[in-house]
Amino acid sequence: MTDDRPVSWQGLQARTSARIGLPRAGDTISGAAVREFQYAHVRARHAVSTTLDTSRLNLSQPPIEVESRARDREEYVRRPDLGRQLSDRSRESLPHGQYDVVFVIADGLSALAAEQQGPAVLAAMMPLLTDWRIAPLVVAHRARVALGDEIATCLGARCVVMMIGERPGLRCAESMSLYMTWNPQIGMRDSGRNCISNIHGHGGLSAMAAANALAWLLKTARTRNYSGVNLKDETCTIEQTVRPDPQKMLSDKSGQ
Amino acid sequence: MSYHAFLGGEKFCFSSLKQVLAYASPYRSGDELAGVAAPDPLQRIGAREALANIPLRTFLNEVPVPYETDEVTRLIIDSHDAAAFAPVAHMTVGDLRDWLLDHETDGATLAALAPGLTAEMVAAVSKLMRNQDLVAVARKITVRTAFRNMQGLPGRMGSRLQPNHPVDSLPGIAASMLDGLLLGVGDAVVGINPASDNMANASDILHMLEDVRVRHDIPIQTCLLTHVTNTLQLMERNAPVDLVFQSISGTEEANAGFGISLSVLSEAHMASQSLGRGTVGTNTMYFETGQGSALSANAHHGMDQQTAEVRAYAVARAFSPLLVNTVVGFIGPEYLYDGRQIIRAGLEDHFCGKLMGLPMGCDVCYTNHAEADQDDMDNLMMLLCTAGINFLIAVPGSDDIMLNYQSLSYHDIQTLRSLFGVRAAPEFEEWLIARELVDAKGRIRVNSPSILSGMIPCHD
Repeated sequence: MTDDRPVSWQGLQARTSARIGLPRAGDTISGAAVREFQYAHVRARHAVSTTLDTSRLNLSQPPIEVESRARDREEYVRRPDLGRQLSDRSRESLPHGQYDVVFVIADGLSALAAEQQGPAVLAAMMPLLTDWRIAPLVVAHRARVALGDEIATCLGARCVVMMIGERPGLRCAESMSLYMTWNPQIGMRDSGRNCISNIHGHGGLSAMAAANALAWLLKTARTRNYSGVNLKDETCTIEQTVRPDPQKMLSDKSGQ
Repeated sequence: MSYHAFLGGEKFCFSSLKQVLAYASPYRSGDELAGVAAPDPLQRIGAREALANIPLRTFLNEVPVPYETDEVTRLIIDSHDAAAFAPVAHMTVGDLRDWLLDHETDGATLAALAPGLTAEMVAAVSKLMRNQDLVAVARKITVRTAFRNMQGLPGRMGSRLQPNHPVDSLPGIAASMLDGLLLGVGDAVVGINPASDNMANASDILHMLEDVRVRHDIPIQTCLLTHVTNTLQLMERNAPVDLVFQSISGTEEANAGFGISLSVLSEAHMASQSLGRGTVGTNTMYFETGQGSALSANAHHGMDQQTAEVRAYAVARAFSPLLVNTVVGFIGPEYLYDGRQIIRAGLEDHFCGKLMGLPMGCDVCYTNHAEADQDDMDNLMMLLCTAGINFLIAVPGSDDIMLNYQSLSYHDIQTLRSLFGVRAAPEFEEWLIARELVDAKGRIRVNSPSILSGMIPCHD
């Protein structure tokens, strides 16, 4: 069904946060809109350089804090290989046990996203996983997605969920992704993961919806004993958003 | 095999063809990350000297990834056309560079040559070319493809309308699509990157695109950029699939990282051909590529990222695609650090794709963690337009709110049409005139969204 009544830009702009119906100057965009865009770009650049502050997570119990081999944000941006490996000290801080799943809150390319969305998704997730052996929460600094594989291996967890800040955008610099990997192995392919992205408070996926989608993925992965592109989302609601890769080069949307 | 060159009395030695290629590449962060970049600028120039003296025939014998273990290498070697290669078979890489720039070497000659050049030969010659050389040679080459309109005609440039939405809201997607159509964008394809991999959702989006296209009788093709295995299922379920999309890379292992192989691409190609939905042509495949994808999958086999990229074009040309584009700045600063590196890579990718015989386009783009901004994108879009690019990607106001990166805006396409006189595909241009979206001078009017009624779905 479509709406045949006349539409206005104002009405359409309520449907999406995309920059539609911009005023023009000749072929191009009016100066005010251009300056607003430049302001948003500088703000997003700032989000990339911000570090994750564990005290802002408001956790009831102190998490295990780990860091990658990247020494600072600049090296982290340039060297994804270092962001996928635990520092020696961090490796020793992870006690081996027997767990079904470990949750990792990771800065990725937006620590603000991890701080704002991570605890909310975790809180929504816990009641849905009553019969799961859940490892102590890990907070990871200067982390890429694959750092979770080593974390899970050290802890002895069958599955890792990386809750990681995405590349900041202009409309939203606080968007988080969940990467679920069953049987994580160091050096494994990204096609073995499932992703739920765009979790944020500016018209993105809500923490509750993300938790529901993740619960479906976790339960299905446990039944089939695998994750990745072969685990297709057959649920029927849009809220249960699952994405194995962004299809734009798969790639490092959240810094794989 | 080892290679060497003498410069100023100094001898430069290289252990393999792969190393010569990597060292000869212009500096970029991804090659440094991979540990394959020239250790210093002198070694880079030494490698270019060595590369210039290597016969093209060498590339048929020394391959960067073993034939036995890599299906992309097998594709490249097994599909090499010796007859097409004959006119340049006696040349070195350096000879080829000068010959490509010769006035006598015209577009028809280059089109006939394409099946005779391997990916590695094409990558090699690009490393001996300055930015203006990449533009000048690419501009000679015309690659025509067709589905519901003709792409790649001389004096024309297509555009992809990319109306993404963070949660795939159908009214949200439709609103961005309407904005683009009113600005005369979308003849190459209306292509959506879905946020979700949900199959019902994918089908809903395809049906909405089909509804808009049919309702307004727009001579375009639509595409949902989901994994090829999803599109195979969607075709089985009779969803309205025009084009099959897939991200591809230059090694078997990197493609495995994408969850694909040549056989699954072949299966999807055949399935889409059997639908017979094209009206003026039968090209049904759409591929995206980008320097760094092989390294990103840790499957680059010691190659520099630009050589690996051109091998992805060898994969693409096996399936006669309607559209191929590099997503040049999307992958991030660890591969292309700043505007300078992104611009060079964009020109290389376009040139190499065209020389391979592909309908090459580009997503002129950057991320917020790269040292680049919209001024760099302005430069690259104008250079690519001068180089005769088949199509460019555009999003509302340059801001992709789902993938969180910046591309060109719909308006930028108008700017290029005015500056360079490049026109949309003829069928689409006629539609714009018939709907009075353009004025007597062919310029896009300031169009009211009410002109194309009934585009916005009432419900998600």
